Amino acid sequence: MNKKIAITFLCVALTQFAWAEEKTASGKSLSKNPVSAEAEKVFRDSFRVDSPKYWSQRLEQDETMKLCSQYKDNPPVAVRQKIELAQKATIRYPVDGKLLGDWKEGEKIAAHGRGGHIGFIQPDKPMTPRGGNCYACHQLAAKEVAYGTIGPSLHHFGKIRGNSDEIVKYAYDKIYNSNAFSACTNMPRFGLHSWLTPEEITHVVAFLMDPESPVNKD
Amino acid sequence: MIQRLIRTLVGAAVVAAFAGSTAAQDSKVADELAKYREALADGNPADLLEVKGEGLWAEKRGPKNASLEQCDFGLGPGKLDGAYAQLPRYFKDTGKVMDVESRLVHCMVTLQGFTREQATKNWFSKPGTESDIEALVTFIGAKSNGKPINVPATHPEEKKMYQIGEYIFYRRSGPQDFSCAICHGQNDKRIRLQDLGNLTTKEGAGTAMKTWPSYRVSQGAVWTMQRRLIDCMRQARFPEPNYLSDSIVALQVYLQKNATGTVMETPGIKR
Ligand code: HEC
Ligand code: HEC
Repeated sequence: MNKKIAITFLCVALTQFAWAEEKTASGKSLSKNPVSAEAEKVFRDSFRVDSPKYWSQRLEQDETMKLCSQYKDNPPVAVRQKIELAQKATIRYPVDGKLLGDWKEGEKIAAHGRGGHIGFIQPDKPMTPRGGNCYACHQLAAKEVAYGTIGPSLHHFGKIRGNSDEIVKYAYDKIYNSNAFSACTNMPRFGLHSWLTPEEITHVVAFLMDPESPVNKD
Repeated sequence: MIQRLIRTLVGAAVVAAFAGSTAAQDSKVADELAKYREALADGNPADLLEVKGEGLWAEKRGPKNASLEQCDFGLGPGKLDGAYAQLPRYFKDTGKVMDVESRLVHCMVTLQGFTREQATKNWFSKPGTESDIEALVTFIGAKSNGKPINVPATHPEEKKMYQIGEYIFYRRSGPQDFSCAICHGQNDKRIRLQDLGNLTTKEGAGTAMKTWPSYRVSQGAVWTMQRRLIDCMRQARFPEPNYLSDSIVALQVYLQKNATGTVMETPGIKR
């Protein structure tokens, strides 16, 4: 228990350190782009002023987003390392510390692609649960043929990588904050944005790892 | 034309038959589209809308009881051949870079006397509500069929809009960390089963841009480029930008410049 508290403190300290550092760095580099200030204003001014506050919050950028945008997702090594370090420090774990949940739940979350669409024309119904939408970008279970290719195939992920503690933790961390391993990746940071809860992430991890899961079995 | 129309009418019936299952799974939609393309051969329900747009273009309407025939899309009043293919562009009279829809609305206001609200009220169709703008843009677009897209963005204002469009294309935000580039920045990728062109290249942008406006089978309607891009913002989980907002025009300058040189094939037909 003591150990856990200590780790939490360390994490918080690290986050703040990294964040402060990022700010100065980006302050300098962002001014390089000649139209960015005007472009940002044009972008912001394109949305309705009377839209709900949580909508406009989706236009805000954290330092990682700003840097990735600025470098068109291809930052120089130093910036890349800085982002990855800062993002690693954001990762939080479920209270009981277990990283392997129920793969059947995980299967549902991975397949579910709706939730979180806003606007006046075709929003999701208010209480639509948010899914991981992993199939949008990844192949997973062989039986699902409607998978995208933005990310690599994760078919047989556990079978190939094994299910050592390190791999389980890697999978959890990757889903929680993809940018901890590859700055400016196309993969969303599901945990950081609370798009998925830590518990939901453990279910998805089990879906990737469990030998009985269709990801590995078929 | 008559023969094309008859084919189209048959096509419309086929579409109606499919429209029921719009929310169906992507894979099913892909099958439907294949079947649908076969059934249609080279007909397209958008052809009906094109005819309607042609009528609206010449009809005296609005408080000023005037037609749109004097509307200037950059090639001179009433000159529509190839006009769509060279938009968006800078217009001296408004001091703005405008796309086809901004310019059309401008003409509905200045020539016909509609208010902006009246002109844009039904900027896209819904079941039971038709959209004049959709029809007019389909007609105007078709007048560029066979013409190469030509948006060099050399005027300083156009150049600036290109840069703004590029900025927005790579701008990441929202609860999924998305930007346009996430889905449209690489070759040969797909999301679920939908192919995503690389809109940063001439080939990818050209393949996409030459077909708009397009009849969308899954929606049972023609979509304009404004509609397409505003929906992509929704897919990115962003809020909805305003119709005709500068962001959407800027993105079009970016995409049309990338696509420049590609020969238009519109109205298109899409998933
Ligand atoms: C928008 C596209 C996208 C979505 C949605 C997405 N990913 Fe990814 N994912 C990627 C990309 C691109 C990579 C490769 C680059 C990287 O490592 O970040 C990746 C990498 C991964 C990896 C690392 C693979 C390896 O070989 O080490 C795992 C694990 C993973 N994703 C799991 C998931 C899970 C589980 C979900 C659903 C909760 C998901 N992803 C949703 C795009 C996506
Ligand atoms: C989450 C993924 C995603 C994001 C983010 C996204 N789009 Fe799209 N876009 C799509 C899909 C899916 C289609 C439709 C492809 C199909 O139906 O085959 C599409 C279609 C398009 C098309 C028409 C392509 C064609 O071939 O006719 C254009 C142009 C376009 N998007 C531009 C954009 C722009 C600009 C942005 C940023 C504002 C953007 N998209 C953001 C997924 C996305």
